[in-house]
Amino acid sequence: MHWVLALPEIVLSLVAMAILIFGVLRQDDSFFLSSMFALGGFLLAALLVLTTEYGIGYHGQFVADAFSSLVKILILAGAALSLILSLDYNRHNQIARFEFPVLMLLSVVGMLVMASASNLMTLYLGLELQSLGLYVLAAFARDDLRSSEAGLKYFVLSALASGLLLYGVSLVYGFSGTMDFAALARTLTMPQSASPGLIVGIVFVLVGLAFKISAVPFHMWTPDVYEGAPTPVTAFFSTAPKVAAFALLLRTMATPFGHQLIAWQTLIIIVSIASMILGALAAIGQTNIKRLMAYSSIGHMGYALIGLAVGTPEGVRGVLIYLIVYVFMSAGTFACIIAMQRRGRPLELITDLNGLSATDPALALAMAIFMFSMAGVPPLAGFFGKLYVFLAAVQGGLWTLAVIGVLTSVVGSYYYLRIVKLMYFDAPEAPFDPRPTSLSFVAAATGLFTAFFFVFPAPFVGAAQAAAKVLFG
Amino acid sequence: MNAAGFPVLSLITWLPLVGCLIIMSVRGDEATVASNARWTALWTSLIVLVLSLVLWVKFDPGEPGFQFIEEVPWLPEYGVGYKMGVDGISVMFVLLATLLTPICVLASWDSVTRFVREYMMTFLLLETMMVGMFSALDFVVFYVFFEGVLIPMFVIIGVWGGPRRVYSAFKFFLYTFTGSVLMLLALLAMWFQAGTTDIPTLLRTPMPVGMQNWLFLAFLASFAVKVPMWPVHTWLPDAHVEAPTAGSVILAGVLLKMGGYGFLRFSVPMLPQASAHFAPLIYTLSVVAVIYTSLVALAQEDMKKLIAYSSVAHMGVVTIGIFTFNVQGIQGAMFQMLSHGIVSAALFLVVGVIYDRMHTREIARYGGLADRMPLYAMTFMIFTLASCGLPGTSGFVGEFLVIVGSLQVNFWLALLGATGMILGVVYMLYLYRRVIFGRLTKPDLQSILDLSPREIAIFVPLILITLWMGISPTSFSNFWEASVASMVQQHTAAVTPPAKLAGAH
Repeated sequence: MHWVLALPEIVLSLVAMAILIFGVLRQDDSFFLSSMFALGGFLLAALLVLTTEYGIGYHGQFVADAFSSLVKILILAGAALSLILSLDYNRHNQIARFEFPVLMLLSVVGMLVMASASNLMTLYLGLELQSLGLYVLAAFARDDLRSSEAGLKYFVLSALASGLLLYGVSLVYGFSGTMDFAALARTLTMPQSASPGLIVGIVFVLVGLAFKISAVPFHMWTPDVYEGAPTPVTAFFSTAPKVAAFALLLRTMATPFGHQLIAWQTLIIIVSIASMILGALAAIGQTNIKRLMAYSSIGHMGYALIGLAVGTPEGVRGVLIYLIVYVFMSAGTFACIIAMQRRGRPLELITDLNGLSATDPALALAMAIFMFSMAGVPPLAGFFGKLYVFLAAVQGGLWTLAVIGVLTSVVGSYYYLRIVKLMYFDAPEAPFDPRPTSLSFVAAATGLFTAFFFVFPAPFVGAAQAAAKVLFG
Repeated sequence: MNAAGFPVLSLITWLPLVGCLIIMSVRGDEATVASNARWTALWTSLIVLVLSLVLWVKFDPGEPGFQFIEEVPWLPEYGVGYKMGVDGISVMFVLLATLLTPICVLASWDSVTRFVREYMMTFLLLETMMVGMFSALDFVVFYVFFEGVLIPMFVIIGVWGGPRRVYSAFKFFLYTFTGSVLMLLALLAMWFQAGTTDIPTLLRTPMPVGMQNWLFLAFLASFAVKVPMWPVHTWLPDAHVEAPTAGSVILAGVLLKMGGYGFLRFSVPMLPQASAHFAPLIYTLSVVAVIYTSLVALAQEDMKKLIAYSSVAHMGVVTIGIFTFNVQGIQGAMFQMLSHGIVSAALFLVVGVIYDRMHTREIARYGGLADRMPLYAMTFMIFTLASCGLPGTSGFVGEFLVIVGSLQVNFWLALLGATGMILGVVYMLYLYRRVIFGRLTKPDLQSILDLSPREIAIFVPLILITLWMGISPTSFSNFWEASVASMVQQHTAAVTPPAKLAGAH
């Protein structure tokens, strides 16, 4: 039965609706229980992803393969970590409503569909489903001006990007007569078989997706949304949707348009270089840690794009390893950021971290691990992410990209080091509030992953390798 | 396969981390934690030192290749493995690192009072990285350790350093990191070219000549910063001045050797044509370093800064020696690196002794210490003379061999390189005179105390090794003779026949 292929998505949708009913019927505070159910749903979905057989279903619109499995696990992990981060934060900031996990679940369903999309229609469907959830989540602290602004800004700009994407989809359909990835790949085997209209369509699709991963020059929304949204939502933004949109970008570029590499490679190279440079330079002047993380994420997407620019299975493997590492680093960093509270008030300035090593050594150590990892210093996980994309770039002969990449990573290391400097070299201020267990759990789990990734890289590299191979079938 | 019968290299690499974990788990009030951390760090590093002596005893000097090899698959499909092993060149550096760590722990016994637990953990972590770096036989593993050193060193300078510690820590980190990432690209290119990162295999795999020049420049970017060579040496005086005494000891004693080791392990044997091609450039930079930084050292007011500049000059001699590509030159470079590792480390400790008492390193604040501190004056003298290269001390052998080696290349190179020895005598004796001799006029120096038993315990082994290296150099050089001879032979074979050169394309 081919509907079994989408079992994780179906189960998650059912869980979301069940929680919705549960939340409405149960009058009193049900945020915690709903979140627990949602976490259970994520876990169940992850198990289903691992056990479901591979194949193509729904008239070729939906595919389950090694690539989608890996990406789905990663999305579910990112979402689950973000949800755990929200448990305590939402309660303290009076946004502990049961709709939060429901919106997250539905948004994740959209992401899972994105990971499995093998048709431009499914692609759009999944993308919109995830975006709708995200719009509301960004504005979830509805009494907070900045949060509402973030939600509105994200909505307007994202709708524009979706429009561009849809326009590109219609162009591709108009000039090739099909929306099916496999059929497109068959039609477009020769580079010269693409008409100019089709190329324009590809470019529009690319632009729409570049917006979703916040690559330069479509990054404008990122700092404001990151800053304004409630911090657990920011954590969510920086993990699961990034992975989903990147997965979509990889599959769309590699499978249907893979033979048109020459048409889009230059574009990706430019976007990648611009993202790396902006991510490295613009973050230096930031004083708000959430904005800083926004620019940092732009830079990270630039590095990951190197792998796509190469356009080989090795490149895609590099991107996937990068994303695996990035999700955990990022979730961990946000766990540390959420822990920055004094007298119940969340703090956002990087100078609030002053002397953290004296007042809370464990948190400072975790944060330092994430910062060194993001800077790409071995033996931490972030280094291995960079290693594989640079390896792909060198193999593909993209020396310019590789050299710019390593140099911007040096520039970028400055602002990561600055955070370490604030925590370790500067005089301490008043200690933060005691950390809730949920934050400690996320910070410890992701910190251990980041610090000891080097001991067991083989399964991750193997999974990424298998997933990358599928796209180039 | 393994002469020791147990994985000795992995053991001495990872044992310090176990010490870290023990220190981390210590609970109690601050004084208890500090005392426990000190003792745990000392015992851990002493056990590591004793274990590393197994290498000294069981090492087979007749074997030019790698010994004590251990191998565990890591990423087998990509030709990357966790592989450890030492040859005659690296075994000495491993021993140097394991020797200096307990000395550093002892040297910081009383002088470090803030965050003692973290301090000791950082030093043990640093030891893991250093030993791992010198014994890694896989390029990726090497790189991981090579860069991993940056994290503890950045923290050591930044947390326990002097007034400009933040500036120095950032300068240190960014200089080294920039060089290293360029080496990373070279690493990736070689990985792609050879399909493996196994160092013994890479040593046998000839690289295309056109590619070698780029690879060489990328390696140079990294190793030149580490050595450091003129003109990228400017991070070193800053880092030394701001770092705590033990930090300077490790920096001068071991970290600078990572650059020289890199040249010997990668640049010269793996890229013979490019090395020969760029040798004049290295000679020029080294000669400038020797003469210019010696003159700069002469003008310094700060003792640590003076010794830091003298380090640059001494390492200039090392790079000349390496790139002479003959047995005398490379042996001399090895000897000079080891000797510098002991002597400059000791000189930083010597400065640390009076800094702990007077909290200043300004030369003008001292004078006439010989009156009050006779033992100290003698210790200082031994290391000053060793640094000058007096026959009978370790410093002489290395410089002499390098001059002999460079004479075979070019008379002027030897002459200019040798001026470093003369200038070295000038600035070192000038320093010594100003600090130790003269009349004791400063009132606060009247009550200064001579070396304490702990300090004597630190200096005695270093003095013995300095004299031992000077009196019986062969008991050290026979470790690397075979390895150096085979390296020189391979280099000559790779460079001389032009027919083979064309075939490599």
